[in-house]
Amino acid sequence: MYTFSNRLKTFAIVLMVLGLVGIVYGFINAPKTVSDVEQILTEQHHGDSHHVGEAGGSHAELSADEQAEHQHHLEHVLQQMQNKPWAAVYVACIFFMLISLGVLAFYAINYASQAGWSPVLARVMEGLSAYLLPGSIIFLILLVLSSMNMNHLFIWMDADVVADDKIISAKTGYLNVPFFLIRTVIYLAGWNLYRYYAVKNSRAMDANFDIAIHKRVFKASAAFLVFFIVTESMMSWDWIMSIDTHWYSTLFGWYVFASFFVTAVTVIAFTTLYLKSKGLLEYVNTSHIHDLAKYMFGLSIFWTYLWFSQFMLMWYSNIPEEVTYFVFRIQEYKLPFFGMLLLNFALPLLLLMNTEFKRITWVIVMAGTLIVVGHYLDFYNMIVPGTVGGSWFIGVPEIGSLMFFAGLFIFVVFTAMAKAPLLHKNHPLIEESKQFHY
Amino acid sequence: MSNKVIHAIYNDDDVLLHAVTETRSAHHHIEEIYTPFPVHGLDKAMGLAPTRLAITAFLYGLVGLAFATTILNYIMIENWPQDIGGKPSFSFIQNMPAFVPIMFELTVFFSAHLMVFTFFMRSKLWPFKKAENPDVRTTDDHFLMEVALHGNEEEAIEFFKNTGAVEVKVIDKEQ
Repeated sequence: MYTFSNRLKTFAIVLMVLGLVGIVYGFINAPKTVSDVEQILTEQHHGDSHHVGEAGGSHAELSADEQAEHQHHLEHVLQQMQNKPWAAVYVACIFFMLISLGVLAFYAINYASQAGWSPVLARVMEGLSAYLLPGSIIFLILLVLSSMNMNHLFIWMDADVVADDKIISAKTGYLNVPFFLIRTVIYLAGWNLYRYYAVKNSRAMDANFDIAIHKRVFKASAAFLVFFIVTESMMSWDWIMSIDTHWYSTLFGWYVFASFFVTAVTVIAFTTLYLKSKGLLEYVNTSHIHDLAKYMFGLSIFWTYLWFSQFMLMWYSNIPEEVTYFVFRIQEYKLPFFGMLLLNFALPLLLLMNTEFKRITWVIVMAGTLIVVGHYLDFYNMIVPGTVGGSWFIGVPEIGSLMFFAGLFIFVVFTAMAKAPLLHKNHPLIEESKQFHY
Repeated sequence: MSNKVIHAIYNDDDVLLHAVTETRSAHHHIEEIYTPFPVHGLDKAMGLAPTRLAITAFLYGLVGLAFATTILNYIMIENWPQDIGGKPSFSFIQNMPAFVPIMFELTVFFSAHLMVFTFFMRSKLWPFKKAENPDVRTTDDHFLMEVALHGNEEEAIEFFKNTGAVEVKVIDKEQ
């Protein structure tokens, strides 16, 4: 039985409080009016002496057309800057929620495939997926706020934009607020329902063993995986791809899946190593860790394969309507866009290739940290360019949001972990899992 | 100096594994073991050094990658930088995404094939090679352990009978 240590609890609460301060700071600091933006832009220009000369002349010398254009530009930048704290919260929120969803999918895959190695880790996964419920509630609230036009994360939610935009108005059959929210609720409810059912039965099996319970969860897991892959694709269109409303990609759902799935496996490995270091996972040996590390390695490459397939097909054919997505990212987000390739592919590839390395704690922690940071950047690259545009910066609001949701994640997960013994008592494959050696 | 070896034949892999452990703790030198299929844990029980084949595969992969990069850079960028459908052939990095499939495949190709040939050479396998099978049954359902014979022949035979061998033979190996 695990008890949530006070030190970890304090750490989680400190993270949440500091994160909240960062988030609030981000919202307060966001410019309110066009004149605020103008001031910020002039300050930026003064910092860069080249532009002062080139900008040439004051506003008085500008023609009426240029004035209007300038005003339009300012409004555009204002919207982006106002989006910045929202996008920061949105990225961190969806990132952590999808991590726990990824854990749940991994749990279901292991259950449905009757994996013999993983039952000793089932309780760790159940604990990690506990974040799904609070995470999805916060996320739903964020989406509702967006659909109430509290922010401009989704341009298709803005009636004025849709009216002027033929491409978007042609998509309103799918992209309209009521249908969007109904879909969201269906996805979230479906996932949470499966988790509730699986965990409830897992606890029931501890009390008294009945193979019927196991079979029920097995069937539920198989059904969940079917539901999951459909809703996962759709949620990636809804929550992420629809931000760049003019752009679409057919393998996007898989790409998003690979991204959060590899992060989820990494988080499972982290939690396992942490609990193991506390001496709480008696039956977890280096072979279990090795298996998790193999998943981290293989899925990192899988993610890269999808990333490259998406990028290369668009780069190669160079069709303007789809390639702008990457042109903008390469121009404005060069460092995060290519940096994440180093973090998500090159370094994990080299670090986790060796068999011996996959059993060494500090190597896994190092490679895992790169993977988690890299996939945060991945979500950042997917969401922020479409909402904040060129005005991006990873500063206080972004790090604050990450800290807040990380704190909440730790708090919820370890509270849930303390509610049940860390080892299944009656899982049919538990003995095999205890003996597992690779 | 006699070249006598003992051929202890087993008909179960569990018995064989057990016999290997006993033989090693009795300090008999195991020359070779012939099995009809891979016996899990046999190399560990025999104390064989781990294979370095994976390391060679990695290095061969690097060779393949270097080869692909060099040849693509030479052909597409340096030798005849033609405009083919607007692809930017000004520098390697600008046109790299188009080269990645070839770079990937050649890495895998070199890695796989050279590793296989390394395996063949290290295990001395090639067409028309004379089979070194000491007993035809070892390819079907028997396991054979060949142990160098030093000292008392009777004692050794007795020892191997006790390890569960169904048959123990003393063979005089012609050099």
